[in-house]
Amino acid sequence: MPGRIQSIERAAAILRLLASGARGLSLAEISRSLELPKGTALGILRTLQHVGFVEQDPESSRYRLGGGMLSLGTRYLDGNELRTRALNWADTLASRSGESVRIGTLHKHQVLVVHHVFRPDASHQTLDVGTLLPLHATALGKVLMAFDPLAAPEEVAAVEIDSPVELTAFTRHTVTSMADLEAGLDEIREQGWGWEVEELVDGEVSIAAPIRDRRGVTVGAIGVRGAVERLRDEAGKPDMEQVSYVRDAARAVSRDLGVTPY
Amino acid sequence: MSQQYIAAIDQGTTSSRCILFDQDGRIVSVDQREHRQIFPKPGWVEHDALEIWTNVEAVVQKSLEKSDITPDQISAIGITNQRETTLLWDKETGEPVYNAIVWQDTRTDEIARELAGDEGQDRFRPKCGLPLATYFSGPKIRWLLDNVEGVRERADRGELLFGTMDTWLIWKLTGKHVTDVTNASRTMLMNLETLAWDDEILAAMDIPASLLPEIRSSSEIYGESTGYLAGTPVAGALGDQHAALFGQTCFDPGDVKGTYGTGTFLVMNTGTEPIKSENGLLTTLGYKIGDAPAVYALEGSIAVTGSLVQWLRDSLGLISSAPEIETLARTVDDNGGCYIVPAFSGLFAPHWRSDARGVIAGLTGYVNKGHIARAVLEASAWQTREVVDAMNADSQIDLTTLKVDGGMTADNLLMQILSDVLDAEVVRPMVAETTCLGAAYAAGLAVGYWPDIETLRANWHKAAEWNPKMDSSAREREYHNWNKAVERTLGWVEHENA
Repeated sequence: MPGRIQSIERAAAILRLLASGARGLSLAEISRSLELPKGTALGILRTLQHVGFVEQDPESSRYRLGGGMLSLGTRYLDGNELRTRALNWADTLASRSGESVRIGTLHKHQVLVVHHVFRPDASHQTLDVGTLLPLHATALGKVLMAFDPLAAPEEVAAVEIDSPVELTAFTRHTVTSMADLEAGLDEIREQGWGWEVEELVDGEVSIAAPIRDRRGVTVGAIGVRGAVERLRDEAGKPDMEQVSYVRDAARAVSRDLGVTPY
Repeated sequence: MSQQYIAAIDQGTTSSRCILFDQDGRIVSVDQREHRQIFPKPGWVEHDALEIWTNVEAVVQKSLEKSDITPDQISAIGITNQRETTLLWDKETGEPVYNAIVWQDTRTDEIARELAGDEGQDRFRPKCGLPLATYFSGPKIRWLLDNVEGVRERADRGELLFGTMDTWLIWKLTGKHVTDVTNASRTMLMNLETLAWDDEILAAMDIPASLLPEIRSSSEIYGESTGYLAGTPVAGALGDQHAALFGQTCFDPGDVKGTYGTGTFLVMNTGTEPIKSENGLLTTLGYKIGDAPAVYALEGSIAVTGSLVQWLRDSLGLISSAPEIETLARTVDDNGGCYIVPAFSGLFAPHWRSDARGVIAGLTGYVNKGHIARAVLEASAWQTREVVDAMNADSQIDLTTLKVDGGMTADNLLMQILSDVLDAEVVRPMVAETTCLGAAYAAGLAVGYWPDIETLRANWHKAAEWNPKMDSSAREREYHNWNKAVERTLGWVEHENA
């Protein structure tokens, strides 16, 4: 096994130093703090600058962490941030569809509900933000499995201790075979949205579409859930008007997260 | 007949917007434009009224075009606006004599103090419901009369008109010089009982009555629009906080709405009689629909709520975006004994102590940044509790439901804490744009687009609801501690008198 590479260790030390201070640091401060010759520090800084991990303020000449560094660690999107950005669009979706709306993110191989808008009628409903839903039996979860590599079935199987993966049946309609699940996910990837009929709760249908951030990474899913009579047409297909509302909302939230418009 | 809509113009402090609503009260289209904030001196804030008018014309047209809606599909126009911002213009040329003086502008500090004289800042309060303060329009008119060359003479010759932004827009749209009761109630010049300009106050402030618009209800046809929406009735006007009350369908005495942004505005419907506050609240108009009796309201504002979260982000760097406050606060189960009272520029309703300054109290080595985040959220909730307690005491009606709107309602933990400390249900409606919705409702009612307020109630839907989970002994203990923290803010500034 080869030995450790000193210049990478030094680069890491510089990054750590820059990350600890709010304001930028000068070359002199950096070389002094790390007891490095100025020339060595400058060489490392220039290299880091070249790959986008460090920026130099043009006016003060001080160094600070670059944009490339910041986006490395931010695959995780704060659920509260997602809710705040999605608030108006989720309301609009509930209002147009007449159904309850949920936004879910991947959390330990389940769907974490980060936002919930009530169905716009007079019925009594309870907020279920914070609830965990199964990936394989909800539209939100299927969409995450289809588009988020970390939610993909093989990834889940690898982490579960009791693998091979157990697809729990919640109703007699729940997809419990891995092959069927995979086929369903292919279809979702193809059409860009997913749905599920009575797989979690008898008599209920859910429809969902992916929310993507500015790099195109799927960070969550938004969807509606409601009675099978309302969301499925006579041919046994999902109500395409509802599907279009869901996809509009997903696109609008994605746009607000900075994705380039489709 | 093709689908009809109501256009709501929201002329706000930083931008002008136009939102089109359909019969179900749903948003169909939105357009928005920001205008310049002009800061000629420290404490002075002005807007260019002609720029605002140009923006309003643009957003109205754009909002229709965005959704392929034609002008004949607009049944009526409603207006809601930043309150108190004051403009004088020439009645013939339409040329403003000076920039609009914005509500935040403090140049009338001296005038307000002089007017208060020996009788104090509550001199006009029995008649107009408001204390002498820099926000309100009356003293701003007086400043223009005293300080802009030729304005006093032109006003005396009857050549000039005064208006808040509702009046300016209605005049530009229809040529009619009118205001609604809610906007008029923020000038300090209207008598709350008679809903007419008060001669005594006008004389005391030395403001000629010829400047003033006719006071009308919040929901009636003021005139027909010219320009892009030619022929469309302009039929509703409400100040922004009043519009939010109306948009939240707070139609019954005791209904309260809270708008949570950088600051928080709480308004309670108190029915058809004005209530004189004994507890530091402002008495104001709620709304007036056509010939029906006016509905009054109590208002309590909290200066620092969302801005405390921004302070945690920008000044302390504990979070990188405002929504992360919830994530950080959820890393702990309680405040760890820590309380933050954000009296950054004194305490407002219901305390009114300008000598107070903020404190972080109860610090021990145990307190970490999660506890501080929690204390920040709790500060918004306890400040709300103080205002709600004052409202309950003044109105003799106990709050059962708080209807919330504004950006901070995305914070579920804050909403739960609010419900816990108020021991009341907290409800967020489906359309968060309640200010625009209120203006649309007022205009739509006047032209029969909606038949009555019962129909509007049916349009109102809950998007979410939070119920109290805190037991009463914990609530008592926490309120006691909050009050101790508030006490510690008092008297910090020693040279000022409260």
